[in-house]
Amino acid sequence: MEEQFAKLDIRKDENIVYKRTPLLVDRPLSYCPGCGHGTVHRMLMETLEEMDIQDKTIGISPVGCSVLAYDFLNIDMLGAAHGRAPALATAIKRMWPDKFVFTYQGDGDLAAIGTAETIHACNRGENFVIIFINNGIYGMTGGQMAPTTLPGMRSSTSPYGRDEKTMGHPLRMTELVAQLPGTYFVTRQAVHTPNHVRRTKKALRKAFENQKLNVGISFIEVVSNCNSGWKMTPVNSNKWMEDNMFPYYPLGDIKVDGKIVEPKAVTAKAGE
Amino acid sequence: MAKIKGDIVINVERCKGCEVCLASCPTSVIGMAKEVNSKGYHFAIKVNDTCTGCMNCALVCPDGVITVYRAKVTAE
Amino acid sequence: MGELRLMKGNEAVAEAAIRAGCDGYFGYPITPQSEIMEYLMVEKPHERTGMVVLQAESEVASINMLYGGAGTGKMVMTSSSSPGISLMQEGISYMAGAELPCLIVNVVRGGPGLGTIQPSQADYFQAVKGGGHGDYHMIVLAPASVQEMSDFVKLGFDLAFKYRTPVLILSDGAIGQMMEKVELFDPIPRRTNEEVIRQCPWAATGKPKERDHIIITSLDLDPAGQEKINLKLQAKYRQMKKDEVRFEMIQCEDAEYIFIAFGLSARICQKAMDIARAKNIKVGLFRPVTLFPFPAKAIAEISKKVKGMLVVEMNAGQMIEDVRLSLDSPQKVEHYGRFGGIIPAPDEVVSALEQQIIGG
Repeated sequence: MEEQFAKLDIRKDENIVYKRTPLLVDRPLSYCPGCGHGTVHRMLMETLEEMDIQDKTIGISPVGCSVLAYDFLNIDMLGAAHGRAPALATAIKRMWPDKFVFTYQGDGDLAAIGTAETIHACNRGENFVIIFINNGIYGMTGGQMAPTTLPGMRSSTSPYGRDEKTMGHPLRMTELVAQLPGTYFVTRQAVHTPNHVRRTKKALRKAFENQKLNVGISFIEVVSNCNSGWKMTPVNSNKWMEDNMFPYYPLGDIKVDGKIVEPKAVTAKAGE
Repeated sequence: MAKIKGDIVINVERCKGCEVCLASCPTSVIGMAKEVNSKGYHFAIKVNDTCTGCMNCALVCPDGVITVYRAKVTAE
Repeated sequence: MGELRLMKGNEAVAEAAIRAGCDGYFGYPITPQSEIMEYLMVEKPHERTGMVVLQAESEVASINMLYGGAGTGKMVMTSSSSPGISLMQEGISYMAGAELPCLIVNVVRGGPGLGTIQPSQADYFQAVKGGGHGDYHMIVLAPASVQEMSDFVKLGFDLAFKYRTPVLILSDGAIGQMMEKVELFDPIPRRTNEEVIRQCPWAATGKPKERDHIIITSLDLDPAGQEKINLKLQAKYRQMKKDEVRFEMIQCEDAEYIFIAFGLSARICQKAMDIARAKNIKVGLFRPVTLFPFPAKAIAEISKKVKGMLVVEMNAGQMIEDVRLSLDSPQKVEHYGRFGGIIPAPDEVVSALEQQIIGG
């Protein structure tokens, strides 16, 4: 039935303008329908493909939904203990300075249990890339409250909404690490629309190019959805993300080439 | 007169039916199938032939299941 | 004959690491072992051999730096003392599960908790039984001299790579701090990256076109797969028990009684042995050098030739459990221990032998 609209005359290899990069392993991703992880994986692998550095890249996956990232990314990878990816990356980059090294971490991994490793790797100015997927919830373990869960947001461990008085405030790790002299490029992106995807890929390219300069950490936060954890359809979760996550976690570059871009006064809160 | 013609091929077995591609398409080429694939997902399908090959759907597809073709063709 | 030096045990560890061709040391200061990193920082091994030395933000970070380095085939080590080693247990378990080689030095202090900075052997259980979660062991080497602090660094790295396993040197605050003559082994050149890639085909060193990508992990969500990993580990431990048991027997030929002791306690027992023999008590010393694998067979054999055995430890009775498990039949085995940082005097060890074994 779909084939009734097929334009067989142009379905030729030479006319392919976009296809899944072979640097993604040819197997179904384990993520929920509509989850941003898959898009970030693809942009990451496209970046490595375009830079032709598949053989020079060592990646580190976290604990969380993307614990199995190494099954999908066709590069050599290590699976770290929860939160410890920046420690692994530190040692690897120091002993293999010519390799391209990145960590791929979620909000629980990077901003809760791995806060010390994150801050200190950034502060030492280690020369690798940190990719930080922030969806404001623990997805893998079943939708518990994360350090980045918004005020009032419901999760399985904040069933009446996050009460900042007793549960603390959402942590803006990206603004925090931008203050450290060891970070060189700090940005916050998203992957829910074509333009956002393009910008994320541009940021990834810049981050990996920075590694050639030996100038410190490139830190890319991707604000993403968790439709399972948020209990919404994928399309609705992206809308909710725009309306609620982006005011608290505004998109854009925070630090470029070692300089703070614009010290944004972030005052908006979810629901306001 | 030359004009841009596009087409997409969706790997329906890998499609998880999230519908994120639908909103990204400027010419509303994509709809959802009534049928399900072997995983039980209603998959995305082409519903008309107005594709321009802009790649938006393929870019946002979390599972990377869309291949995009584009060619200049002479108008009939 | 190698170069002779008068060194602290901790310094000997550091110098041996540079000479063994170690690629990276990652650590966090804690008494009584801080001289290891201090010595390394002064020596600038980056200039001598290209070795990386980094002061991490915590022991948790240190051990995970080892995980990263080892996962890429590099020869990596850390050192700490008891509370710090406790913090490392998560990482050690992951490394055992992912089958990664590394060397960990525990210069033990008295516990539990923050305890004391004085020497102790109270981390025996933690060292030989696994320490972290899951069914795993490390090879555990127990040095009794500054010389062995140096020698076991090289031996430890050899065993770590032979079995792709974490190896622990279980020392203590006294051996770490004491100064003795040590004969240093000749420096071994650090491996080039090409040699690392060739020697460690399992390591994540960057995927060339011609091979599949390598994944270093301890995770297998499929229970059948996870059981397979466990069976592989257990086979490895059986192999270690067969091939890597090391021990020393001193004056055991004519012995009617035996001290069983490791590390610093063994040195004390040697002195106690002299005192006892002067009193015509024929006592020998059995010193396990590997605490895992434990010299169970050798202990079972010697137990049949003697009237009784005293296990002397600077703890409340830990290795004695392994001694008892080694025996084929009930034997007279007693424990004498001091703890919390107290080192037993040779005299009190002899008294214990007389009261608990000979007179008991």
